[in-house]
Formats: sequence, structure tokens, C-alpha cells
Amino acid sequence: MSRSLLSIEELGVDGVQRVLELADTMAEVNRRPNPKVPALRGRTVCNVFFEDSTRTRLSFETAAKRLSADTMTFAVSQSSLNKGESFRDSIETIAAMGVDAFVIRHASAGAPWLVEDWTTASVVNAGDGWHAHPTQALLDVYTVRVALNRTAGFDGLRVAVVGDIKHSRVARSTTTAFKALGADVIWVAPTTLLPPVVGETATDRLDDVIGDGVDVLYMLRMQNERMTEALVPNLREYTARFGLTPRRAACLAPSTIVMHPGPVNRGVEIAIDLGELPGSVVKQQVTNGISVRMAVLYDLLSANPNSTSDIEINDDVAAAPKEHP
Amino acid sequence: MSEKRVLEPDDVRRAVTRMAHEIIERNQGLDGVVLIGVQSGGVWLASALGAEIARIDSAIPVGSIDASLYRDDIGLRPVHPAAVSDIDFDVDGATIVLIDDVLFTGRTVRAALDALGEYGRPKAVQLAVLVDRGHRELPIRPDFIGKNLPTSGDESVSVTADGVVIS
Repeated sequence: MSRSLLSIEELGVDGVQRVLELADTMAEVNRRPNPKVPALRGRTVCNVFFEDSTRTRLSFETAAKRLSADTMTFAVSQSSLNKGESFRDSIETIAAMGVDAFVIRHASAGAPWLVEDWTTASVVNAGDGWHAHPTQALLDVYTVRVALNRTAGFDGLRVAVVGDIKHSRVARSTTTAFKALGADVIWVAPTTLLPPVVGETATDRLDDVIGDGVDVLYMLRMQNERMTEALVPNLREYTARFGLTPRRAACLAPSTIVMHPGPVNRGVEIAIDLGELPGSVVKQQVTNGISVRMAVLYDLLSANPNSTSDIEINDDVAAAPKEHP
Repeated sequence: MSEKRVLEPDDVRRAVTRMAHEIIERNQGLDGVVLIGVQSGGVWLASALGAEIARIDSAIPVGSIDASLYRDDIGLRPVHPAAVSDIDFDVDGATIVLIDDVLFTGRTVRAALDALGEYGRPKAVQLAVLVDRGHRELPIRPDFIGKNLPTSGDESVSVTADGVVIS
């Protein structure tokens, strides 16, 4: 068992299954009137978000609190990074305060791997550049597992991921997780929004995919800044070809579930009120996110006794010299 | 390591029957009595006791509880929840018979008592175990015992409906 969760590939199939089973236990905790357990008492989780986020940061914070861990938030905009302190020095300074887990979001792919090298704490990748977003992938497969009652695996499950695949860390991690559990994944996107090397099945015809039948329709967020890069002619044309319009929604089988990582660009990738979409599990994704992140934090921290929270061991070697200029 | 079978399947069956009678006798009936098995070893025993009590008298609610997240050794050794707790009845005011297969240090029972508190405030909690092997580390005492089994601390005791084996 590794001390960090950096990517679905490193977690492996067994690890994915382990987290999903733990998430069932955590979901039961979350259904109670008092959704809190003492499992991670005395542990400290620090959120370090270099990019904006609502749901991921709040979800991790809630997850840590429901496990009775203490939480710290490193607000990048108000930090000494503005005085020129390096990323590494900032991380090592926080680590010296006694942190058991860092939850990192960063615009540069690979940043969480660097942090793991710099500390002995656990590191959770909460999104790095276009690269990976493993906890989103885990909550996605957990949501499908619950919604379709597929505890044994996803053999034969047909998943279509629709939208800006090229710039999406969600698409990459979620595709890996679905395939690890045995699902067939097809990417649906304009060719300008596919990565240069495509190992997956890909198409630019959403209507054909819906016509052939699909169990999970995963809509990605269409980022407005892609317009200025002229990768799509305009949003209306994108919606007409790749959006979930009322006409397409009517063609979906009743059993098809519709997912979205959020935040939704209303009227663009989903041009129909989610409330009118019986197969939408977008809200469940958010709710399940807490259970899954509790599972991830518990999985890492219940097995990692040698963390930086043991300040006596750490501070004379790491922190002390820095305090005396 | 040598194996020693100390209870045969028939012994287990007879112990379960006797404990079922004792539970009814102690509570002067089954009014407000519910059974909760501790994951994972106590679950089969809870359903066996539940079936026996239903045969003798009347059916009562049977649930299960996972106490992993309340243990005091998280981080000292790997602690994995065995299964999801399943308590679909109201525990407020109930007399709960907490059931486990083996009583050893008492730490699992301590964790299970904490976990139970999250579901409500029972009138009373009683403890039933198939095997009491001694070596308690906490002030915890069973109310119903299948078999007192003196062991040494490094032996392991395995309990199923097919019998009890020390190795």
C-alpha cells in the first residue's frame, strides 16, 4: 500500500476496488444523523490549492472533518509565495508544522509528485494541470457502481466521454478508472479537442453513439477559453454537435445515466435542465465525493504512522535551521 | 503450528441454544430486545442466535455493526472495515445484545460500544460471546458465554458454526 494517491495508474485495480469498498462504509457514516467518526483523530490534513476550486476543496475539507482529522487551508493568494518564497520552501514549512497529508491542486502536471519527494507526509493529487484527477475518477466510478448496482465490476458497461478531452484531467483519470474496472470507453469530441495520440476509441458523432446505445454519458465541461484559441468555431455550434440537447436527451434509453464533473456550463454542454433529466446523477457525484474522499484519506492515513505529525523527530532536522537567518 | 479442535459443530449448536434461552430468561421475555453482531466474526453468530430465539419464542430484529473506525489501534496496524454496518431499527430505548465470536482484549467491544452510541441511546447493552479466551485489557465482562477457554496470549482462536479451533 502506497502512502500517496497520485494517479489511478499508481493506485491500480486492487487499490480502486479497496477504495470503493471503503467508500460504502463511509457512505453509511454519512447517512447517520451525526455523520462523524473518530478514526483519524489527531491527524492533520492540509489543503494546498493553486487553482480555483469549490467542490473539490470543500469536499476534501468535509471528508477530513467527518473522520475527525484537523484541517488547514493554505490560501495561495494570501501566502508568502507572494513575497517570493518558493513552492518547495512553502511545502517544507507547512510540513514542519506537522501535517499528515497534503491535498494538492496545481496548474502544472506532476506537481504532486514533487511534493511527495519533499515530504514524508501522504500526498493526494486533487488535480494537476491537464494530467490527472484521481479522486474525481474514483467518485465517478463509485457513483456508477451505486447507481447501476455494479459491485462486481463494469464488464460490458458502455461509457461515452463527451467534450474537451484534450485539456481534461478528468477525462484521462476517469477513462483509466472505468477501463480498469472492465468498461468500454469511447471518446466523443471534435478532432481539435482530442489529444495528439489517441489510445482510446474516438469519434466525432455523438448521435451515432447515442443511437448505438450507451449506459453512461459523461459530459465534460466546455471551457470558454477554448473559444479564443479557435479550437471550436463557436459555442452554439459546439452545443448543436456535442451538447446534451432536449432532442438528444429524448433519444437516451431510460436506464442511461448522465454524469458531469461540474461546474456545468448551462446551455453549452448540457442544454437541458438537469432536473428534467431522470438519468442525471450529477448531484449524487457531489454527495458521493465526500464518501470517496473519506475512503481515500482513511486508506492513506490509517496505514501511515510515520508522518510528519511526529514533530519531535522532524523539527530539529528540517525546520530549525530555516528559522534563524 | 499445531491445531486443537476444542468444540465440535454439535457443541456450538448446543451452546447457541443455551445462550438463546439465557437471553430470554435474563430479559424476562423479548420486549425491546435486539441482537447486533460485531463485524465480521459476530455476524453469523447473531443470525444463528436470532434464528434460535425465533424458534423458541418470537422473531426479534438482528443487525450488524462495524467498529473499525472506532478502534484505538488505527495507524498502529492496518485496520480495514469488514462490511457496512446494518442497523435498520431504532436503538433508542432498546435492550441491545451485542454479539461477538471471541472475547479477548475487550478492545473491539469498547470500539463497538462507541459505534453503537452514534445510533441512539439504548436502555441497556448486554454482551454475548461464543468463546471467552481471557487476557482482558479493559474492564469488560460478558453476560452470556458459550465456552470459557483458557488460552495463551499468542495462540489464535478460530470460531465458525463448524466448531472452535485453537492454533
